[in-house]
Amino acid sequence: MEHKCDLCEKPAQVHEVLIKNGQKHEIHLCPECASAQGYGGAAGQLPAKIAKKLPVQPGGVEAGPRACRECGLTHSAFRRHGVLGCPGCYQAFEKQLEPLISRAQGGATHHCGHVPEQASGHLDRQVQRTRLLKQLNEAIATEQYERAARIRDTLQGLSGPLLGDHD
Amino acid sequence: MNANDSYSWLGESGSESDIVLSSRVRLARNLAGVPFVGRASDPDRNEVVGIVRRCPVFADREDGLNWLEMEELNEHERTMLVERHLISHQFADATFPRGVALSTDKRLSVMVNEEDHLRMQSLAPGFALREAFARVSAIRDEFESSLDFAFSPRWGFLTACPTNVGCGIRFSVMLHLPGLKMTEELGRVRQAAKDLHLAVRGYHGEGSESCGDLFQISNQITLGHSEEELLEKFNDDVVPLLLRYERSSRNLILTERRIMLEDKVQRALATLRSARLLGLNESTRLLSLLRLGQSLGLIERPGLRTVHQLMLDVQPAHLEATMQLGPDCPEEEARAARASHMRRVLEAVL
Repeated sequence: MEHKCDLCEKPAQVHEVLIKNGQKHEIHLCPECASAQGYGGAAGQLPAKIAKKLPVQPGGVEAGPRACRECGLTHSAFRRHGVLGCPGCYQAFEKQLEPLISRAQGGATHHCGHVPEQASGHLDRQVQRTRLLKQLNEAIATEQYERAARIRDTLQGLSGPLLGDHD
Repeated sequence: MNANDSYSWLGESGSESDIVLSSRVRLARNLAGVPFVGRASDPDRNEVVGIVRRCPVFADREDGLNWLEMEELNEHERTMLVERHLISHQFADATFPRGVALSTDKRLSVMVNEEDHLRMQSLAPGFALREAFARVSAIRDEFESSLDFAFSPRWGFLTACPTNVGCGIRFSVMLHLPGLKMTEELGRVRQAAKDLHLAVRGYHGEGSESCGDLFQISNQITLGHSEEELLEKFNDDVVPLLLRYERSSRNLILTERRIMLEDKVQRALATLRSARLLGLNESTRLLSLLRLGQSLGLIERPGLRTVHQLMLDVQPAHLEATMQLGPDCPEEEARAARASHMRRVLEAVL
């Protein structure tokens, strides 16, 4: 499997596996970033930018689920790229996110700003429709045509105007 | 998008324009129940584009929101949008389904499938954060009446990068800070910015280097305060503080090293008026000196508006459009075209 550079997304050519605090961490860098981060220098010296990605203290972060149930993103993948996979990740990784967000937000841990007036009814249908469309694509891709037909019928049976159906 | 339309509001001047080039307010939003862009499949991304595009917000607007499908634009057109700060580099270079809605006055843009499903941003010349905030809030409300955004009562608006969570809002100003650079005070300002939870970036935002003493300063705190509180702090405390620092540095130079400054400005003007070859970095550096000289009244012309327009004109894609250069134009030909354009514009106004 081809890895992308952890820092710039170019194809990685420098790979390293580190065991720290009993946990395995993979580092993948392109030649430019590897050079810029000091790879090729003294053995055991971890570049500062990479070191920051590793857990600071053993046991400092409460263990949580390894992956988000909704999108499958693993916690290690999040730590590697710093980007979450779906809204559900906030719940799945809440324990790990709390200290991270609090640190980045000057100690704040709760939203105090604008609250949307959820367009009643839209939410359920939008979520349901998106999930069904995903299942439909998967069913077609795996040639489960009977299942695909059932999903299509369910989609057609969703009552009320859906976003995207105005024209 | 008309690639040859080189007009941009970036050429205009606004409040505090001796230091503030432009103001921007950006809001990040994601649709509920849909994976974030980086994790989504192409069908998911297409679905997001479809949902957003069919929102009533696009119909019958006075400011005419025009939709551009990014996959239908060539590299030159995408770069034009980056140079005008209407889209990000990352968005221009992505290869999956995405699009951007632009208002006719090019001060409002809505990127769909950038890092978040929606990135709405309002821009304005000079120091005009309240105006930009009002405009982006209005379009936010319109989208909100027809879309369900991913929201948690605790975390607020959920964003792909957890550092944007909460209000998902970013206030930023593009500042010209040659005084602080010359008095070698930038390091202290950077430290102060860090303490105030501000991000200091280059001319083209995240990941870009500073050129021409231009810096984009923005808030990093997005949680624990309302949008209005964040705006008030940034608009009433942070930016005025930076303006005071810069003005104080400029005054110090004028008092103690005026002749050195006049020499730099006049040399910059002379070079720009007569050079036959100009690179992008050199042009930007010299235009920065011209801008400083103009702001301090050391020169009467060409005027800030012309300097701002030239700062945009010398960018690669805008130069290509203005001078009708081919996409594979050799570097030396581009440098000659840049110098030729500079001489022509300056001679017309000096």
